Amino acid sequence: MKVREIIEILDAELLSGSENLDLEIYSACGADLMSDVMAYVKENVLLLTGLVNPQVVRTAEMMDIKVIAFVRGKNPVQNILDLAKDKGITVIATKHPMFIACGKLYSAGITGRGVWD
Amino acid sequence: MGLSNVLKLHFDIPANDFVSAGEASSSVKKTLSQLGIAPQVIKKSAIAMYEAEINAVIHANGGTADIEIDQDKVIIKIQDEGPGIPDLDLAMQEGFSTAPDTVRQMGFGAGMGLPNMKRYADELKINTEVGRGTTVIIRVNFA
Ligand SMILES: Nc1ncnc2c1ncn2[C@@H]1O[C@H](COP(=O)(O)OP(=O)(O)O)[C@@H](O)[C@H]1O
Ligand SMILES: [Mg+2]
Repeated sequence: MKVREIIEILDAELLSGSENLDLEIYSACGADLMSDVMAYVKENVLLLTGLVNPQVVRTAEMMDIKVIAFVRGKNPVQNILDLAKDKGITVIATKHPMFIACGKLYSAGITGRGVWD
Repeated sequence: MGLSNVLKLHFDIPANDFVSAGEASSSVKKTLSQLGIAPQVIKKSAIAMYEAEINAVIHANGGTADIEIDQDKVIIKIQDEGPGIPDLDLAMQEGFSTAPDTVRQMGFGAGMGLPNMKRYADELKINTEVGRGTTVIIRVNFA
């Protein structure tokens, strides 16, 4: 599924990184613990998180994750968006809470496991 | 890079700076990709170094990073003069953490940093002395 479709399904707002709108996403991972993301997550996932700080972008950068969705209506401050832009990472924000956001994406067909088995 | 060439990089890791934490790892990641190293190898190096860099920030008032890259490996040395680790075997266990709540709120302090370094490094050496500091040496092979 393309990032632009994900934005629609999540009723999300694109905050940075329009260059990845046509990127294909097959799996996703919802997490607030960045060390867990680094321990278990596969590449090319969409990262959904309720944690809003620059280290989320750093983690995505180290992991080659290209799209971050902030859930529960959390709005990242400008330095987070600047960092994401600099790293070529797309940031979207949705008002939906984590469970609903994940559920919507799963129902729409993103069923790939985002973590190693 | 020629056969005998070693590329050396040095970074300071500022104390208690959660915004710039990760900049050294980010730079090293960039250098490795400019050198044409395989993405999977870069990722292993970047994650292991980033966890070590974050530890220097959150547990040890910052420190330094010294990197040596040659044709077949990268060696990442993160050094601090923090409190040291009293029981290293315990600290290596998944889930063990002494991080305060303020660090947990930032998404770290899950006690997965040292295990992640071990997972992604081809070799991990840790020298630590209570009251003196900690040196973490991560080696990642390119092939
Ligand atoms: N550089 C360091 N200086 C002092 N203590 C450290 C250092 N690195 C790790 N530790 C100790 O080891 C524990 C486990 O580290 P780690 O696995 O990275 O988990 P976390 O950082 O999430 O607590 C830390 O909570 C801390 O007590
Ligand atoms: Mg840690």
